[in-house]
Amino acid sequence: MSVPMVEATRVSKSFGTVEVLKGIDLTVARGEVMCLIGPSGSGKSTFLRCINHLEKLNAGLIKVDGELVGYSRSGNTLRELPSREIAARRAQIGMVFQRFNLFSHMTALENVAEAPVGVLKRPKAEVRDEAEALLRRVGLGDRLHAYPHQLSGGQQQRVAIARALAMKPKLMLFDEPTSALDPELVGEVLEVVRQLAGQGMTMILVTHEMSFAEEVADKVVFMDGGRVVEAARPEILFRSPRHARTREFLTRVL
Amino acid sequence: MTTERVNGADMADPAPRRSLFRALLEGRTRREVAAEGTPEAPVVVSGPKWGDRVGLAAVLLVGLLILQEVIRNPNFKWHVVFDYLFEPTVLRGLGLTIWLTVAAMAIGIALAVILAVMRMAPQLWLRLPAVTYLWFFRGTPLLVQLIFWYNLAFLFPEITIRIPFGPVLYSGSANDLITPYTAALLGLALNEGAYMAEIVRSGIMSVDKGQQEAARALGMTNSRILWRIVLPQAVRIIIPPTGNQTIGMLKMTALVSVIAMYDLLYAVQTISSRTFDTIPMLIVACLWYLLLTSVMTFLQGRLEKRFEPKGEGARP
Repeated sequence: MSVPMVEATRVSKSFGTVEVLKGIDLTVARGEVMCLIGPSGSGKSTFLRCINHLEKLNAGLIKVDGELVGYSRSGNTLRELPSREIAARRAQIGMVFQRFNLFSHMTALENVAEAPVGVLKRPKAEVRDEAEALLRRVGLGDRLHAYPHQLSGGQQQRVAIARALAMKPKLMLFDEPTSALDPELVGEVLEVVRQLAGQGMTMILVTHEMSFAEEVADKVVFMDGGRVVEAARPEILFRSPRHARTREFLTRVL
Repeated sequence: MTTERVNGADMADPAPRRSLFRALLEGRTRREVAAEGTPEAPVVVSGPKWGDRVGLAAVLLVGLLILQEVIRNPNFKWHVVFDYLFEPTVLRGLGLTIWLTVAAMAIGIALAVILAVMRMAPQLWLRLPAVTYLWFFRGTPLLVQLIFWYNLAFLFPEITIRIPFGPVLYSGSANDLITPYTAALLGLALNEGAYMAEIVRSGIMSVDKGQQEAARALGMTNSRILWRIVLPQAVRIIIPPTGNQTIGMLKMTALVSVIAMYDLLYAVQTISSRTFDTIPMLIVACLWYLLLTSVMTFLQGRLEKRFEPKGEGARP
């Protein structure tokens, strides 16, 4: 069997004295779509941010494509890599944020083309064509030169997805991509995510959209209190959860 | 037509000041306009109040009286002012004043970016020098700093730059290295760097943290994030106070006359020490300072417009 795309072993993380992750073990295979669900404060967003080293770990290992993202290992200790090396490894992992976080002084097209040109040092003309194609793919072919504040939330989030895809990532992380959207704009963003899943992109989504998780995920993970309570195929986790806490959470949100 | 003219004086008008002034002069009274309404459809009046007209007239009158007094008072010696306004030595001093302003601001801003970034760094070894620098240069008077730089030769007669245990790169008398000119430029620029650093820092802090996080997630390095994401957006916050600093710098350059730098103030003082026309010569200098600050204020307004958020108002 090939190396899994993401392999987390005993991941622990504290903010000060508060332990937010208490030993997470998770594996995501290539091409797999995993949805993280759970009450707020359960640590699912923090775990996601640990994968591309936006948060530092206290203990444990996260390997992406067989490689540690933020650390080098010698025996039982991990040392943080120089920031340049971390940056290079992050470039292979796409991330989409709850609040879009588009660069507000750049047009949609410039947002998408910025990192491929600046980080990957690819030729401008080529990147521009690709960026245009990506924006068309997410349905924004007519908004190439719009600035973020001229776009609706749903449009901004689709630009953000195109921006992440422009780096040709091997893994995409979505941190509650629809939570900041007006209800009528949620569908257009989920449609783009659905297409990506269909194309075999490996993805981890933190989401509150249970029906979407059930439809698109290969595996659903329920987290609570910094621990993985239950991980299963969606039809099992949503229809017949094994744990009482999972059932309790699902009855509250469904 | 008439209501339009009266409405022109409405305070909610986009350009209220200009139209208020015109309306005060040519606008009609409330009673006149009210007469044009009908009992079924009375006309709303928002013309200038009588109090406003009286106030404006009083202010104009006092202004004219002061102006007349200043013009007619022979002690101002206006003919001397105009004789020396374009004197070559005055223009030479003006040239140095402008050059010092531009150069000190340019060096100061460059220094400020470095200091601001150091001050916000997570590493103590970067923060400590920056904080010490700000503490010293903001905590002592600029005048003292200028005199200090000017007299550096007194403290360090010989200045030698060498690689430790290695060859000497430069060696010479401090008097040769620190001329009045370098002392002036150094003093103004180093001082300005400290003040501008705080302005740059507030600009940097105004930039959305989420965007910096997104940039990190895209694999951008810290320096690339600073240059491509943070500074371009911080500029908008930095420009208005920088305009003020530049205007302040123009006038602060007058301090270099104490270390015998031939700036605008020194030039007019040189002339008045010979002719004893102290006040007229100071007026010469002030007219130039006023002209330059007016130009700068105009440019500042243009610059602020240019850096307004792009495409604003084009919201679909």
